[in-house]
Amino acid sequence: MFTIKETFEKTPNMMREVYCDTLMAMAKDNEDIVVLDSDLISSSGMKPFFKAYPDRAIQCGVAEANMIGIASGLSAMGKVPFAHSFGCFASRRVVDQIMISAAYAQQNVRILGTDPGVTAAYNGGTHMPFEDMGVLRSIPEITLIEFTDPVMVENIVRQLAGLRGVYYLRMARKNVIGIYGEGSTFDIGKANMLADGKDVSIIASGIMVAEALKAADLLKADGVSARVVDMFTWKPVDAEMVEHCAKTTGAIVTAENHNIIGGLGSAVAEAAVQKCPVPVEMVGVKDRFGQVGTEDFLRAEYNLTAAAIVEAAKKAISRK
Amino acid sequence: MDLIKETKDLGVIAETIRLLTLETLGNLGFGHVGGAMSIVETLAVLYSGELKCDPSNPGWEQRDRLVMSKGHAGPALYATLALRGYFPKEMLVELNQGGGRLPSHCDMNKTPGVDMTTGSLGQGISSAIGIALGARLNKADNTTYLVMGDGELDEGQVWEGVMFASHHKLGGLIAFVDWNKQQLDGYTEDVMKLGNIEDKFKSFGWQAVTVNGHDPKAIKAAVEAAKAIKDVPSAIILDTKKGYGCNFAEDVEANHHMNFTKEQMDGAIEVQKKRLEEAKQAANNGKGV
Repeated sequence: MFTIKETFEKTPNMMREVYCDTLMAMAKDNEDIVVLDSDLISSSGMKPFFKAYPDRAIQCGVAEANMIGIASGLSAMGKVPFAHSFGCFASRRVVDQIMISAAYAQQNVRILGTDPGVTAAYNGGTHMPFEDMGVLRSIPEITLIEFTDPVMVENIVRQLAGLRGVYYLRMARKNVIGIYGEGSTFDIGKANMLADGKDVSIIASGIMVAEALKAADLLKADGVSARVVDMFTWKPVDAEMVEHCAKTTGAIVTAENHNIIGGLGSAVAEAAVQKCPVPVEMVGVKDRFGQVGTEDFLRAEYNLTAAAIVEAAKKAISRK
Repeated sequence: MDLIKETKDLGVIAETIRLLTLETLGNLGFGHVGGAMSIVETLAVLYSGELKCDPSNPGWEQRDRLVMSKGHAGPALYATLALRGYFPKEMLVELNQGGGRLPSHCDMNKTPGVDMTTGSLGQGISSAIGIALGARLNKADNTTYLVMGDGELDEGQVWEGVMFASHHKLGGLIAFVDWNKQQLDGYTEDVMKLGNIEDKFKSFGWQAVTVNGHDPKAIKAAVEAAKAIKDVPSAIILDTKKGYGCNFAEDVEANHHMNFTKEQMDGAIEVQKKRLEEAKQAANNGKGV
């Protein structure tokens, strides 16, 4: 069960601080939890964990492929590994290791990919994953999650210790807009309807959830009733929710900080066309590379804004 | 039935594995003959006592693990596991059969006794490192064995793992390199020069030794020496011949994956049966291994 905050503003805690604190708390009771990093502890915020649990914190150096294989071997010995790199390197650089050593070998591996899309900001095009989820989405049985806010990070990370399979966790490292009330719980694979509406459904993820909520307010002023759904699990996508949205609102807009090719837009559209075809408009990166800039500059550059969602919603409704 | 346990002579065990591997491949008419033949003696040494295992309980938590990173050597490993009683020899006909339990490359979820899924070259070292680290975290005094091909050393991930294992003082890891000098496209010397493999491992901080990979006694001695070293990983470079003992594969250039006729395989099996008889006679005459 989840609740929603009354006002949406940046949370005081960074996402990475919550991630580290949660794993530290879990590691206290669960000796099998092991953390791996690839020379990015300072970025992932895992220094406190490395200090508190040096035996269970494994520095792999700048060698992500080796790190994923080691995580798989640790899993084969009953350990509960969490491995980290930037999203670009935690996905496209290690896709074969995730595919074979982890997924095909039926190991239990959790991979954190930080700095999704425009949140990579000044690290620019080499470090700006608009493709991580798309690259991994065709790996059978993998679960892909994008964390919305710190409350979700804590709840889902706690769940992951007891779950089998390969999980890729897409997470902005720093401060994001808080959406969920303290104590909210989340069902992996089930989307959350944050606001109901009847004219159009906005299905969003990550930093675009807050933009979707803003867009719904803007649409309301124009007399349009918009539903907002947080589709934090991209795979398996909540096809029942997509079908429900298609049937009851007749139009869908997706919003993602990712390439629309292979991303959330694709996943939602695949579900919609199979369950109940309706107009689907996609807000997201339109098959472009990343670049340097502030997050605000990049959001404007790639049209990852509430205004873009409003425009897409009106277009989707007009296509009904 | 655990045939290896009943036979003490390493030469007899090796030639028995080789014969059964040929018979297994013979059912198909094609397969990874070369790399299966070259690793037979090492499997004989490991599964006759060096590797702690219990065929009646393949998932035994206290067992030593083997990562066959050159996953295409599956047929030799399957023959060994069958001889040890992990599964009946009759199951070997499932090799490469749709829906069967013996895929071309090793799969831990399909075959009893296989400890890691492999086949994408270069990845086994990392899995083996994870297993060795896991054993260390569990405070278990296990040895983790890794078998890599020489062509596999072309993969960059191998050297990521080699660097890691010495940095993290993984004494419980013993890596074999099947230095059979041939890879899929030809001789390693022509495809990608490997230089001095032993020196390379040493330069990364490993203990390393090169032995005759078709001499079980030499392999056994190297394994026991490696086990005695506690905080440094060990590499045993196996000087081998690809296709060793299979008369239509040995000294043939394209012997990585081969098609062969029934007559070719029948001939090879006849030769191999003689080799096994010779090994048995040597053992009976006190000249065994």
